[in-house]
Amino acid sequence: MENILIRTVNLTKTYTVGEVDVHALKSVNINVHKGEFVAIMGASGSGKSTLMNLLGCLDMPTSGDYILDGINTSKLPQNEYAHIRNQKIGFVFQGFNLLPRTTALENVELPLMYDRLEKIKDHQKQASEALKRVGLGDRMDHIPSQLSGGQQQRVALARALVNEPSLILADEPTGNLDSVTSVEVFNLFQKLNDEGITIVMVTHERDFAAFAKRIIEMRDGRVIKDTIIKDRLNAEEELIRVKAAAEISE
Amino acid sequence: MKAKIILKVATRSIMKSRMRSLLTALGIIIGVAAVVVMVAIGDGAQLKVEQQIASLGSNLIIITPGASTTGGVNRGSGTFNRFTWDDVDKIKNEATLVKGVTPIVFSGGQVIGGVGNWFTRIQGVSPDYLDIRSWPLASGEFFTERDVMARSKVCVLGADIVKNLFPNSDPVGQQIRIRSVPFRVIGTLKPKGQSAQGTSNDDIILAPSRTVGDRLSGDHMRIGSIQVSAISNDRIPAVIAELRSIMRESHKLTPGEEDDFTIQDQSDLSETATATSRILTILLASVAGVSLVVGGIGIMNIMLVSVTERTREIGIRLSVGARASDILVQFLTEAIVLSLSGGVIGVALSFLIAYILNHYTDQSAYIRPQIIMIAFGFAGAIGIFFGFYPARKASALNPIDALRYE
Repeated sequence: MENILIRTVNLTKTYTVGEVDVHALKSVNINVHKGEFVAIMGASGSGKSTLMNLLGCLDMPTSGDYILDGINTSKLPQNEYAHIRNQKIGFVFQGFNLLPRTTALENVELPLMYDRLEKIKDHQKQASEALKRVGLGDRMDHIPSQLSGGQQQRVALARALVNEPSLILADEPTGNLDSVTSVEVFNLFQKLNDEGITIVMVTHERDFAAFAKRIIEMRDGRVIKDTIIKDRLNAEEELIRVKAAAEISE
Repeated sequence: MKAKIILKVATRSIMKSRMRSLLTALGIIIGVAAVVVMVAIGDGAQLKVEQQIASLGSNLIIITPGASTTGGVNRGSGTFNRFTWDDVDKIKNEATLVKGVTPIVFSGGQVIGGVGNWFTRIQGVSPDYLDIRSWPLASGEFFTERDVMARSKVCVLGADIVKNLFPNSDPVGQQIRIRSVPFRVIGTLKPKGQSAQGTSNDDIILAPSRTVGDRLSGDHMRIGSIQVSAISNDRIPAVIAELRSIMRESHKLTPGEEDDFTIQDQSDLSETATATSRILTILLASVAGVSLVVGGIGIMNIMLVSVTERTREIGIRLSVGARASDILVQFLTEAIVLSLSGGVIGVALSFLIAYILNHYTDQSAYIRPQIIMIAFGFAGAIGIFFGFYPARKASALNPIDALRYE
């Protein structure tokens, strides 16, 4: 059991819009073990974004429990939520969400600034190592507008990694990227996953879900299918194939 | 978060939109500069008034004849004049805390000489007079004790007399006739300007007291008032007490009897004058204070826009682990840094304005150090007061909504 990172028990979220109750999530029970790479799929309105928000401690469930790394988060005060986001979770968003007019290095330093425990003393060193890890050691002083989409997403990934979280949550991480760049990002995800980081991502495209080790499909606020992929698609091999195809089409 | 990091983040985001930050701070800059300059002008005016009062005479004390009571009817001040040359001599001989003493023998009349004639005041005084009134000579010399005792017919002219009777020539050595009595002009006085009552101080002729008493006044015993200068400003109460006992003794008043004279120093006059200029200062400062508040509202306005504009940034910060209080502190710090730097620039600007006023205009401005501290305090308080609402708004944002904000 101690190998379980995420455990939800009857996780339910109901929004009240005007007088109508919208049941975004209905009694979801999932377990994610450490080291897994999970893709959550589903049409829009299926509740996958709501699930991501709850898993990311950005929102509180209406009922049910969410146990992250052995901590039942449902009963924690708001400030503890911020601490969990800071310490245990790294976010990667579809729109990158980097601070504009701020260098890559400073963007990556951001989570360290909000670490109350101050477990990392040298922010700059830690941030530059995270950037090197995603292959951007030579772009540290660039601001987002000077970077390509793929590079910006890698800065965001470095920011997610910098506090050494146990979980990375990615919400449509390649939604704004072309296919070659997307595969490059997934290559990076797979490498990090191989190093032991648990990844949960939301994606629309089945092609990209194939890079994960497990696919959870949702509809109308419920999990309808949970599939373990025995032999996941290797992004590194796929990258060579996609690049070759791109050259032929040109 | 550490204070250093908070400050770094705040200054960084202020520097990212320099033009806007400058315009925002401009309200505070102008407000602080206005308050400091207005108060400085008020203080400058007050200083000028104090100097003017000091120019009446250094530590001047005036003894005037008191009220007389006849059969229970008080007949008002000056109705019973018993001042004599003996009073003056007694003060001169017995008072220990007195630097100079002069009787004032009042007279007046038509003066003929030079290019025409002129009606003016004539005062008979002792050689101490110039020192008591801190009134320097422009030319020539003043009369001496010997002139007083000999009742010499010499006189010293005020600047207005010189202007009217001797516009183009040097009056010293010339003869003039005061009420048909010929006098020799031995000196002229420097202009002193208007008195507190608005009349010219310079429309005057000074002559030896005994000369005026015997040859002009008609009533040769009549001494209008006695003026005394104390040895120092802080000894004035002691001097007044001393003069009072000398005068009572000289007038042979028994312990139960009231004083038949009045002793006044200049403190009443200076208190009234300073009170007036203090009211003026308060008035000017409150008007300027309004502009400071308007500057604060400017900060609030921009901070509110900034919160809306940076909603996504707030979302990002929240998602990487910032607490609501971190966001509050960040925006509050930005507002305070903005208003305090506005304060610094404003104070610098006010020094520049004060310099210009003092060197290129008649207006004098004096910046007291306390005013700078108060202006800073106000700027900081305005930053906190007007920064709090936007900061509160920023910290109340929901991370999901903030991240989705376009």
